[in-house]
Amino acid sequence: MTKLNTFEQAVETYEPVLGLETHIELDTNTKMFCGCATAFGAEPNTQVCPVCLALPGALPVANRAAVEATIKIGLALNCRIAEWTRFARKNYFYPDMPKNFQTSQYEEPLCEDGHVEVLVEGKTYRIEIERVHLEEDTGKTLHVGGATGRIHGATESLVDYNRAGIPLVEIVTRPVPGTGALAPEVARAYTAELRDIVRSLGVSDVRMEQGSLRCDVNLSLNRPGEPWGTRTETKNVNSLRSVERAVRYEVRRQSALLDAGERILQETRHFHEATGETSPGRSKEEATDYRYFPEPDLAVMEPSREWVEELRAGLPELPRKRRERLQAAWSLGDKEMQSVVNADAVGLIEATVEAGAGAAGAVKWWLGELSRRANEAGEELTGLAISPEQVAQLQGMVDDGRLNDKLARQVIDGVLAGEGDPADVAAKRGLEVVSDTGALEAAVDEAISANPAVADKIRGGTHAAAGVLIGAVMKATKGQADAGTVRQIILDKLK
Amino acid sequence: MSTISREEVAHLARLARLEVTDDELDAFAGQLDVILESMKTLAEVNTDGVQPTSHAVPLVNVFREDRPQPSLPRDAVLAGGPDTAEDRFRVPRILDEEA
Repeated sequence: MTKLNTFEQAVETYEPVLGLETHIELDTNTKMFCGCATAFGAEPNTQVCPVCLALPGALPVANRAAVEATIKIGLALNCRIAEWTRFARKNYFYPDMPKNFQTSQYEEPLCEDGHVEVLVEGKTYRIEIERVHLEEDTGKTLHVGGATGRIHGATESLVDYNRAGIPLVEIVTRPVPGTGALAPEVARAYTAELRDIVRSLGVSDVRMEQGSLRCDVNLSLNRPGEPWGTRTETKNVNSLRSVERAVRYEVRRQSALLDAGERILQETRHFHEATGETSPGRSKEEATDYRYFPEPDLAVMEPSREWVEELRAGLPELPRKRRERLQAAWSLGDKEMQSVVNADAVGLIEATVEAGAGAAGAVKWWLGELSRRANEAGEELTGLAISPEQVAQLQGMVDDGRLNDKLARQVIDGVLAGEGDPADVAAKRGLEVVSDTGALEAAVDEAISANPAVADKIRGGTHAAAGVLIGAVMKATKGQADAGTVRQIILDKLK
Repeated sequence: MSTISREEVAHLARLARLEVTDDELDAFAGQLDVILESMKTLAEVNTDGVQPTSHAVPLVNVFREDRPQPSLPRDAVLAGGPDTAEDRFRVPRILDEEA
């Protein structure tokens, strides 16, 4: 295997072209073409019926709510909604679909020609949406007999069809050139924006870790001025961080191959969370022979313009508008707001403010200390074991003078370690600012007698010298005093 | 000149996961050729200005409301498969073309 280039080397020589295909499971009550329930985590094969099992004679009927949800997604992505559209059969033989085809859409998707704008490092990138279509999810296969539960080495597979037939929306971008060294960040920003848009519509819980939002990342490289290269498609990239890593890895891998004069194979690749690497999957030539044809069992759809306009009028506030509103409410500059968005902290800060914290405090914790902790742990901010309510409580304790910043950081240690809410942690660990004035005064007296020269300076009007005494008192109280209070006591005593 | 080649029949058999012997390939290629030749008769009809038909009935916008209906009892579901384990259908090792 060729040695990888560094990412920096790679983007000096080559220009990446991105393409993203995203699958979103809708959270309808029932499946796409039958009345089976769609509860997550139900016992295997308890949410199946003759339609989703493809028993002879069963006839599918489309779920109105799923069609509406797809039109809403299309509208939110600035798409044109088809006036005439139909389903198609995508034929393939694989046990994850009992029908031996997946009901999907082919030449006539429900929505076409949209766009999304994302802001990365001060620059706006317009991502063109080629199509948004409606299809059905497949069953879940469990591979047994292999060492790791993967197909490789498995002796047999066990299939659960509960997921087969759950409505799935596929959103496909046009190729995205011109992102250069920011390709990983643009891919991530697009995925985050798409997730936020769909979440705002309330049509899916879009949880990447549960598989209700899944990404395939297409990537090719070319030298400046030359035609686009051959692309690879990395499947099932299931976190924002992984989207970024998958792009980065493919850029490094493909550039090394091209440098060595080798050619890129058009293929499907798998992403490995543990290593951040991709490896080849099944060969593309064989897999793409799906022999699509129009689905005769489902009626053609002609969404009326009245219906579409009614859905458009009912769209909620979209993330971009929401960000503008929150930025104003929180009094943040463009750069600061961009940091909030990049850290995926908009919702966290909003919830923290709703729980009673001031905006400045909420922003400070999530972008500062908590971002640092998430980075250290290699986690997303949303994955940290601290809730917006807990952060609001923490900030409240700081506002009340019960905690200073240093103590607050120790309280965070405790919350992240699962010791309870900030108030519990502070009580259990004895982390409260010393508010007993008697104890503070004694500590101040001690500091004054230990530093007579400094005390004289302060008496002489040099208040800045108080810092030395404050430091001594903080040391004596192990940081558990409020610096402002200590300063006031010192100045009162040395008038 | 035949309408469908032996190679195309082999390819289709592979896509359908069917194991076909050489003798069968020859036989099927011949039979499919007869069928396709017969279908060509349709191509003689003048279809200028006629939309391709994909649906036999002139219905549009047939939807169900999003209300759950009872699913099948699991025993009945699994009874339809040749082999089961752990409340799931058991199938032979899936194609080894995927890593």
